[in-house]
Amino acid sequence: MFYPSAHPWAEDETLGEHLERTGVSRRDFLAFCGEFCAILGLGSVMTPKMAAALEALKRPSVIWIQLQECTGCVESALRSADPTIGDLILDLISLDYQETLMAGAGEAVESALQAAIKRGNYLLIVTGSVPLKENGIYTMIGGRTAHDVLVEAAGNATAVVAVGACAHWGSVQGSRPNPTGAVGVSDIIKDKPVVNIAGCPPIADVITATVVHYLTFGNVPALDYDGRPLFAYGSRIHDQCSRRAHFDAGQFVTEFDDEAARKGWCLYEVGCKGPATFSPCPIFMWNTRTNWPIGAGHPCLGCTEREFWDTMTPFYGRLPNVAGLGIEKTADTWGAALAIGAAAGVAAHAVATGVHQVRQKRKLPIAESQGKDTNNG
Amino acid sequence: MAKTKVVVDPITRIEGHLRIEVQAENQKIANAWASSTQFRGIEIIMEGRDPRDAWAFTQRICGVCTVVHAVASCRAVEDALDIHIPPNANLIRNLVHGMQFIQDHVIHFYHLHALDWVDVVSALKADPAGTAKIAKSISPWPNNSETYFAEVQNRLKTFVSSGQLGIFTNGYWGHPAYKLPPEVNLLAVAHYLEALDWQRDVIRLHTIFGGKNPHPNFLVGGMASAINLNDAATINSARLTEVKDMITRARRFVDEVYWPDLLAIAGFYKDWAAIGGGTGNFLAVGEFPETDIRDIKSLYLPRGIIMNKDISKVLPYDQEKVKEYVTSSWYEYSGGDKVGLHPYEGETKAKYTGPQPPWQFIQDFEKYTWMKAPRYDGHPMEVGPLARMLVGFASGQPDIQEVVKEALGKLNVGPAALFSTLGRTAARGVETVVLAHRMGKWFDDLVARIKGGDVATFDKSKWDPGTWPKTAQGYGFVDAPRGALGHWVQISDENISRYQCVVPTTWNASPRDDKGVVGPYEAALMDNHPLADPKQPLEILRTIHSFDPCNACGVHVLDATGQEVMEVKVQ
Repeated sequence: MFYPSAHPWAEDETLGEHLERTGVSRRDFLAFCGEFCAILGLGSVMTPKMAAALEALKRPSVIWIQLQECTGCVESALRSADPTIGDLILDLISLDYQETLMAGAGEAVESALQAAIKRGNYLLIVTGSVPLKENGIYTMIGGRTAHDVLVEAAGNATAVVAVGACAHWGSVQGSRPNPTGAVGVSDIIKDKPVVNIAGCPPIADVITATVVHYLTFGNVPALDYDGRPLFAYGSRIHDQCSRRAHFDAGQFVTEFDDEAARKGWCLYEVGCKGPATFSPCPIFMWNTRTNWPIGAGHPCLGCTEREFWDTMTPFYGRLPNVAGLGIEKTADTWGAALAIGAAAGVAAHAVATGVHQVRQKRKLPIAESQGKDTNNG
Repeated sequence: MAKTKVVVDPITRIEGHLRIEVQAENQKIANAWASSTQFRGIEIIMEGRDPRDAWAFTQRICGVCTVVHAVASCRAVEDALDIHIPPNANLIRNLVHGMQFIQDHVIHFYHLHALDWVDVVSALKADPAGTAKIAKSISPWPNNSETYFAEVQNRLKTFVSSGQLGIFTNGYWGHPAYKLPPEVNLLAVAHYLEALDWQRDVIRLHTIFGGKNPHPNFLVGGMASAINLNDAATINSARLTEVKDMITRARRFVDEVYWPDLLAIAGFYKDWAAIGGGTGNFLAVGEFPETDIRDIKSLYLPRGIIMNKDISKVLPYDQEKVKEYVTSSWYEYSGGDKVGLHPYEGETKAKYTGPQPPWQFIQDFEKYTWMKAPRYDGHPMEVGPLARMLVGFASGQPDIQEVVKEALGKLNVGPAALFSTLGRTAARGVETVVLAHRMGKWFDDLVARIKGGDVATFDKSKWDPGTWPKTAQGYGFVDAPRGALGHWVQISDENISRYQCVVPTTWNASPRDDKGVVGPYEAALMDNHPLADPKQPLEILRTIHSFDPCNACGVHVLDATGQEVMEVKVQ
């Protein structure tokens, strides 16, 4: 997402002109749009509309800042997609600021950032949390607090994409007892849409698909009760899991590397949090669709869920024993309760039905209270 | 005497948030301070948790070296609870960690470090035929044609003429310290782009065994990826074939692109073999156990200590001699700030005493960083590829000796050249070559074991907390891409009672200790170190990047208000 493109997009070109000049065929472009419609859960009927919107685009500005974090989300983005689609995605934006790979330094780069902020009309991507204790001195960048860096960069952004669990809610450093007072982006930025690309780290394709959606429709995709795009976080791992049949058949791994593990049976008994986790892992998979955690025999940690370091631990505890769950329920009813909560008013899997619902961030009181019940109850 | 105070913050092309302050005088660096400006408190968060979960928490210390903290944590808990992982699990961990090294070192060279030596704009002036000629003379890589380099150059020209330089905006292009001819610059730019595609491919080895990257999954007691050649959902023949192919592609890129490029570029910068040496003390805990982690002799990269650049003897390493000081760090110890504490007695109590933000200078404060100051037997130690290659060379490790000698011979320099900024960068390449060739053996060993009927990947005997003693403590070491890493865990009533990590960048970016002795970054910046133009601190970047810091960001040279590049105070 932030290396120099092999096919640079001139500033005054539309994407359509640009693709024509660089020799990308109409057929390939439509195939690309079709793929993204599929990822976004938009029917194939939307493909020509997406193509038309993308073709008319001018190269939009994106600013990426890094706060209190481990850089894993940037690394994840580096692994994105296959090169053909990757090149196209890289060409979609003008990345005006990204610290990890920037060659230049000093006043000129800083002033380029300031100029981009002043021009406005950019998408802000944030990785990392914001530590608030002690006046914010737990993360200092260029002598300023992470809080001040974020507030300034968000000032003229049209929307903010909080990438990863740290930017989402604070993640590991925000876990009990949260020594630095780490919070997520949406705890600070209240006056514009904040999309939470959940996960520790998230899958790169979810980030790129969210950006494409923003470019196509001029707005952020439909979000669940926690600000996560429904196209990625609208379904439960348990419902899409390649090992689900073994759950239904009562075929469980009871110890790692037992005979059941060597047959690829269900990991629920050894702590899998798939029944309580909304994430696209089983569908998108990881690292150009090579594999995913459960596919490699390890239970899901639930890393796309808020406060998972406290609510999903011990990681190897069977779900009903997870701290805070309280009442004994089967994994399925427990997960189903969550699913109903999250999807109420949006209707589970309804993302696929079109754009009319794609426009606004939805706050769902039922879902929120449901989340609290399950987390704290 | 006029001294110029220079602030470089944040340092770009690294992991994390790092600030360097120096005082420059007559175009040389007279004094230096390294400050890590991020604190997260993960050791504190570990307390009271299930030790089997610890690998996942500590893994999130770093998403770049995403394997090393997880492995160190597993080893610490396995040490505490006397868990012996099966040989297959050890081999799988070696493969995963080995690919981490190879991928990480290559990314560091091309994407984080190369732009300190390679002038991208100069590549526009190159003759692609000349680049092809040079490339063919050093490597059989198939992309070494004139047509290929002309195509890369054309893309670069279009890119530059678009006026949107992206990450290349406002580099120090044209700085007199850049010495490569345009043709070599073009070669490096072409491989900068190729390496981006390569790394995405080979790292999928992690995804096969750990389910994803970054942050693949690990397991106390072994690995969770079960082996069954006759099942589609496990490690089977198809998966093993993929792994073997990735190992081959990784080795080929290292042999035919990274290593020849590194030697070709280094040949133009031999003056940097006398700059940036630093402390002269080196620590390697060793890595890649080929039998069992408890058999230190089986470590493929050997363990040991070298003091005062004396490679005639390798001293033994004893973890009990590691102590951390907070005299210059934003922490307090219950016994006072002048004492050093072993990690088993370690305390992490943050106490910020620096200036209120925004900052101007922090070099005037006694405490100036979130890094503690680790010391070995009272001495600051450099860790990382140079430490490992020196210890290996001095220990007579044949593979390391062979590649080190090849490098010294091709560059026509003696072993003294290793104690430098250039030596550090070259040692990283040596290590990558050595490991890229060793991966095949670990893979073959794994296949041979499976063929012999052993598919075990997990020791279940101590999984149940009921089998644990009431209290236990353990030490887990890893020699990570960036250097010696240690995790120390104490367990009480089935939960973690204390957790301490001493990480590579803590060693290297260490501040001054109780005696006022500087750490390796600081010492290197004060070792015959030029700084021609404080507004373009390219030389500082070269030396700091040669350590491959794990702190993150981009180089800005800013004063406290973010307006002017550097502030100057005449003293």
